[in-house]
Amino acid sequence: MIECLDLNITQGDFNLTNLNFKVEKGDYIVLMGKTGCGKTTVLESICGLRKLKSGEIWLNGKEITSLVPALREIGYVPQDGALFETMTVAQNIGFALKIRKWGKSKIEERTKELADLLHISYLLERKAQGLSGGEKQRVALARALSFYPDVLCLDEPLSALDEDTKEQMYDLLIELKENLDITIVHVSHSKMEAVKLASRVLLFKEGSIKELNPLEI
Amino acid sequence: MGVIAFTYVIFLLVLILADMSYTSPNEIINALKSEEIQYSIKLSLISCTITMILSLIVAIPLGYFMARYEFRFKKFIDAVLDIPIILPPLVIGLSLLILFNQTPLKGFLDLFGISVSFTVVSVIIAQFTVACAFAIRTMYITFLQINNRQEQVALTLGCNQRQSFFYVLLPQAKNGILTAGALAWARALGEFGPLLIFSGSTRMRTEVLSVSVYLEITTGKIEAAVAVSIIMIISGFAVLMIVRMFGDSKKML
Repeated sequence: MIECLDLNITQGDFNLTNLNFKVEKGDYIVLMGKTGCGKTTVLESICGLRKLKSGEIWLNGKEITSLVPALREIGYVPQDGALFETMTVAQNIGFALKIRKWGKSKIEERTKELADLLHISYLLERKAQGLSGGEKQRVALARALSFYPDVLCLDEPLSALDEDTKEQMYDLLIELKENLDITIVHVSHSKMEAVKLASRVLLFKEGSIKELNPLEI
Repeated sequence: MGVIAFTYVIFLLVLILADMSYTSPNEIINALKSEEIQYSIKLSLISCTITMILSLIVAIPLGYFMARYEFRFKKFIDAVLDIPIILPPLVIGLSLLILFNQTPLKGFLDLFGISVSFTVVSVIIAQFTVACAFAIRTMYITFLQINNRQEQVALTLGCNQRQSFFYVLLPQAKNGILTAGALAWARALGEFGPLLIFSGSTRMRTEVLSVSVYLEITTGKIEAAVAVSIIMIISGFAVLMIVRMFGDSKKML
């Protein structure tokens, strides 16, 4: 479970004040709101990529506010996937495990398992550079899931994809949600994404957050 | 418009052809056989390579810092880093001469018996002072062009800042590093003004290729001067072509 208590975040002239919300374990939350309303800023704060002015973030009963991103065990997928382009797909997926000093065979085993889950086994030896948008996002998802995170944070992961690829990704994300015991926080502009994926929607409006059922949007 | 622009390219090629027509392969071979020129080539290769390595050691972290962090006086430091690029070379030489001879630094170095001016060390310092500025600018642009999102992802995957720099950012900056190194090397090879003032033009002592050209001219050996110039043109051009083939020409200054 994620708890955000009295979050105050300042970024230049932009301020978010006293935000409070909870994400229950296993929830699929979609953060929505107009461009510039601060939803990505909140997502990055949960991941530890942005400092809070004040407030607390708790993950599964443990305060993580001052923890560096590496110690939060949160998977993160940015909008463009941000794959490591000098590496192969397999190296991208196994990167976090190599950092954790897993053995070579265990890394290979986990990489294969994730590649099967995300239907990207045929890409493993390819360089990350030159993949299509949908392929990139699947690889980025596999990489973010590699170290068994408790939470997956997705920052507009589908916004740059064409309609067909989006449909495939909806199915994939639903499959992940059902098969893995993982909490997902997903930033999006799209009502369709919220309706298809979310168990709850948090709508950012004029500096505050309103909780909605996806069908109420 | 295009014709006028292209004329400049032709003008540069004609300049080189004019040099080539003034000398002959025999002249170049004779120049290569000369003990002084052999010393000059050796010193140039060594000093330019040391300058390149030192420039990269400074340029990679400084370029990263300038590209990734916002801090007070950043614009001031940015402007300071360009001083060696815009200052007349003679002024740089004069400044180095004053720093190492007319300030407490001289007394400090004397304590250890270190003499800098008019030695081989001064050649490397003079080359480094100018070449490093070009390498820093190249690395700054390189890191600016690499999206920091990948470093952020690396942090969430378990990296600390150092690991994210070495495992994620540096491999992506490979072409920029190659370009910065080659540029520093080529710039060091062409340096003359600061050397003349700070290192002198002593034969077989502080004589690098650019100084050899000067010494040959002052002794009236124009053909030999042109032959050495051709050697410099070929080696400089070879480095620039290597960068364009294997490096990232967009980052060339």
